[in-house]
Amino acid sequence: MISALSLLLFFQLAGEMLARYFSLPVPGPVIGMLLLFVALVLRGGPGDDLRHTSQTLLQHLSLLFIPAGVGIMVHLHRVADEWLALLLSLLISTLATLAVTALTMRCCQRPATPEDGA
Amino acid sequence: MTPPLSELWAYLAASPLLGLTLTLLAYQGALWLYRRTGANPLANPVLLAVGLLVLFLSLTSTPYETYFSSAQFIHFLLGPATVALAIPLYMQIRRVRAMLLPIAVGLLAGSLTAILSAVLIGRLLGASSSTQLSLAPKSVTTPIAMGIAEHIGGIPSLAAVLVIFTGIIGAVGARHVFDAMRLRDPAIRGFAIGIAAHGIGTARAFQINEQSGAFAALAMGLNGVLTAFLAPLLVAWLTPATG
Repeated sequence: MISALSLLLFFQLAGEMLARYFSLPVPGPVIGMLLLFVALVLRGGPGDDLRHTSQTLLQHLSLLFIPAGVGIMVHLHRVADEWLALLLSLLISTLATLAVTALTMRCCQRPATPEDGA
Repeated sequence: MTPPLSELWAYLAASPLLGLTLTLLAYQGALWLYRRTGANPLANPVLLAVGLLVLFLSLTSTPYETYFSSAQFIHFLLGPATVALAIPLYMQIRRVRAMLLPIAVGLLAGSLTAILSAVLIGRLLGASSSTQLSLAPKSVTTPIAMGIAEHIGGIPSLAAVLVIFTGIIGAVGARHVFDAMRLRDPAIRGFAIGIAAHGIGTARAFQINEQSGAFAALAMGLNGVLTAFLAPLLVAWLTPATG
């Protein structure tokens, strides 16, 4: 577990440094995730240790959002002022995203029975 | 002589022990409630735990900064957890190759719709500019969304809460949208849920069907990355140069 955690932190650090150095528009941990993904492809998959540690970490992913989520208490005024815009934006946009994604996928899929060499 | 209670409280509130304990207790309580309601997506554990903690902090008039500085160890783990998303993403690599075209097109169309429609509807209804920017990453998983919000000038904690509400809307509404479209394919259903409603939608998709869940997890990862690239570009393009 220690080696897997070190590995995850190392990739986060590398991502963070790349993001700063090249002032990329993407958060450091996302770059770290991409780097780790490439490393996994090159290496042919994660070891047992990394797999178990990441599984444990991701299993409790929702716990990790809580301290940030509580920050809403600082913005209660804003939410009270703009609740209608927020609610309608979230509602319409989320349902539209579901429909658009599903529609475009269905349109592309029909003629494309799995062919090799794509 | 015992010290006054307020002194004890001042000591506890400043140490990491209290923030960590409170957060874990609130989370466990919320999980218990969530299971009691038969995993009803409206009883989302994050939302319940956040509600409990806000209530507690308000009643004890503890400022958010005090709580956060003592609970930030938990928050810090979001970084390594984001990196760890590479592993489930890697596990889906074979399915991606088999459905490359629909996945690529659905991903791009869905990601654009999620960002643009949220920002534009917010703007149309008169939301302030930092609120609009916090709406932009609403469809991606919280650690990525918070990073994006911070980067483009939104408010990370507001983005986190908007992300959670988006997840709940997607998890509850997906079935009705798909049924209205007469869409049955579990792979497409799962993928669309993952694009629109990230981890909360993904958890819901796994409850329905294994294949839906796997495609939702894949979509969540891909959309997180794509939105991290698209959101800053789209926002720069949408906002007139005001600094």
